[in-house]
Amino acid sequence: MNQTDRPTRRDRKRTMITPEGIALPITLASRGSRLSALLIDLVLMALGFAAFMLLLGLIASQLGVANGAAGETAKKHNPLFDFIQVTAFMLLFLFRHGYFLLFELGPRGSTPGKRMVGIRVAARNGGRLTTEMVLARNLLRDIELFLPLGALIGLAGGQAADWALFFWLMLFALLPFINRDRLRAGDLVAGTWVVERPKQSLQAAMSTGQTAATGTSQTTGASYRFSDAELAIYGEFELQTLERVLRENRHEAMVAVHEAICRKIGWNPGAGDERAFLEAYYTQLRARLESGMRMGKRKASKHE
Amino acid sequence: MSALTSRGDAAIAAAALRSDRFRIEREGDWQRLEEILNRMERGRIGRLADEDLLELPVLYRTVASSLSVARETSLDAATLAYLETLVQRAWFLVYGPRTSLLGWLKRFFGGEWSRSVRAIWPEMLVALSLMIAGTAVGWLLCASDPQWYYSLVPGQFLDVRQPGASREVLLGTLFGNQDQPQLSVMAAYLFNNNSGVAISCFALGFAFGVPPLLLLIQNTTPLGAMLWLYNGQGLTVDMIGWLSIHGTTELFAILLAGASGLHIGRSMAFPGDLAVLDAAAKAGQRASVVMAGVLIMMAIAGLLEGFGRQLINETSVRLAVGYGILTFWLVYFFLFRRVPPSSEAA
Repeated sequence: MNQTDRPTRRDRKRTMITPEGIALPITLASRGSRLSALLIDLVLMALGFAAFMLLLGLIASQLGVANGAAGETAKKHNPLFDFIQVTAFMLLFLFRHGYFLLFELGPRGSTPGKRMVGIRVAARNGGRLTTEMVLARNLLRDIELFLPLGALIGLAGGQAADWALFFWLMLFALLPFINRDRLRAGDLVAGTWVVERPKQSLQAAMSTGQTAATGTSQTTGASYRFSDAELAIYGEFELQTLERVLRENRHEAMVAVHEAICRKIGWNPGAGDERAFLEAYYTQLRARLESGMRMGKRKASKHE
Repeated sequence: MSALTSRGDAAIAAAALRSDRFRIEREGDWQRLEEILNRMERGRIGRLADEDLLELPVLYRTVASSLSVARETSLDAATLAYLETLVQRAWFLVYGPRTSLLGWLKRFFGGEWSRSVRAIWPEMLVALSLMIAGTAVGWLLCASDPQWYYSLVPGQFLDVRQPGASREVLLGTLFGNQDQPQLSVMAAYLFNNNSGVAISCFALGFAFGVPPLLLLIQNTTPLGAMLWLYNGQGLTVDMIGWLSIHGTTELFAILLAGASGLHIGRSMAFPGDLAVLDAAAKAGQRASVVMAGVLIMMAIAGLLEGFGRQLINETSVRLAVGYGILTFWLVYFFLFRRVPPSSEAA
């Protein structure tokens, strides 16, 4: 229906039912945007970890200077060094498992990488995104990401078992490519999916202008009144096409549509007052179709 | 427009279409919601007044009902698309994760954890029998041919702990490591390593439960092999003490991780009345609660192994600590049957 929708995009459209029972159209995130979000996150993780380690290293070297005279043995037993090493292990764990968890548990439901590409995590059933879901989807990140990478390094050994392990793990890593909803293993187990964050601003109401309201053109003073039969030829699809033409406000498009409508209803297409004509026709057609809707009669397109 | 009354009234009067009048009457609410959403999405919750946060669910329902009405009465595609977007954005926030970590922890320790553990008891039995079988296999293989020991026990344990080692050497590995520095580092390393194993065990459960089975067996055969070795020198009880002080917690945690992996695999293979994906999601969420607990247990096991085992050199005390903690876990999981008051899913 919408010409701007490319087939790949339409393929990602889903309908979700909110707990209130309202059907909402949503768009799944593309694999490309998810991959780029992941890469951004991995870079941020690595940078954050490196920064912390640098900080620890700095502290350690400062202490080393202070203990310089005591020599190597004192260094080994220094509880502060122990503390730094413990902190390093804990940081490694936190970055590996905590990064995605903490960000996705925030109100924005997305890591910095996801936010940058405009996607977020949502519950597949339309209900609340719970802590358990975020936990589950991130616990499985290990076999999808870190284990296959580890296995890839193990391939250097060149043994058959390593290859088998690698392919087995790749099966999980490539899961988003072999299911319709682009679920990765974590999404599957958690009951989540990743969707685009929509953005759309409110546009002007169509029937508040003089022309629309009265059917009288302000430039020529001509009055446009359409009979029931002249309005009955079009349906909702044509109405919304006309709406788009009016909102885009491109002269050539309006001339073409004006001519097409005039031909269809047997009017003689003039020139110079296309917009007023279209506004009047749009308003009267919409009034007719909407009053039909209230009566429970809908006309989807001119073919009905 | 010369209206002296409010501008809104004039605009409503000027709109020719009933559906546009409907829209103009309500767009104030819509834009107010949009403004709150814009600020929240930019991460500025701190700067939002409390009444804004309280208003969010109310405005969400107002706009959602506007959408329902508009779908039945209006053919303005742009407005419908705007409302759908607005409702979706508000839905993300209204049904987003509850941010209070403290509240979640309270619920987690106050019954959710033990309830989830109880829910996977059939898998726990399977995991337990596999671990016992793995240990037995390790022992029996080594007993039949000591050469097995070298292929079963991982390299890091193949220092002096080899078939044919004397009683003194083996005793030395069980006690007297307290001079070794950096106990805390050891604990942290062990935690990191073991929780990694536990997470893999869980994560692999997704593959219809087969990998956790293998992982459970693979992790317990060296145990059996080493028990056999120490048994040969009459050190079985001391060996069990050395293992138990942290092992009761660590092995229990591995058992739980394997069981939650199996739980996911089983619910996917036998989803019952649910669709496969729904069954997987339900099991996955329950198992993730167990796993959060497993990580806590691994941290405790790391501390016990890093500090406790090095500082306590008395087998009876080691046994008392190990089995005291095991008793605590069992009581907490199976006798503590409090149902957490509020469910997040509600």
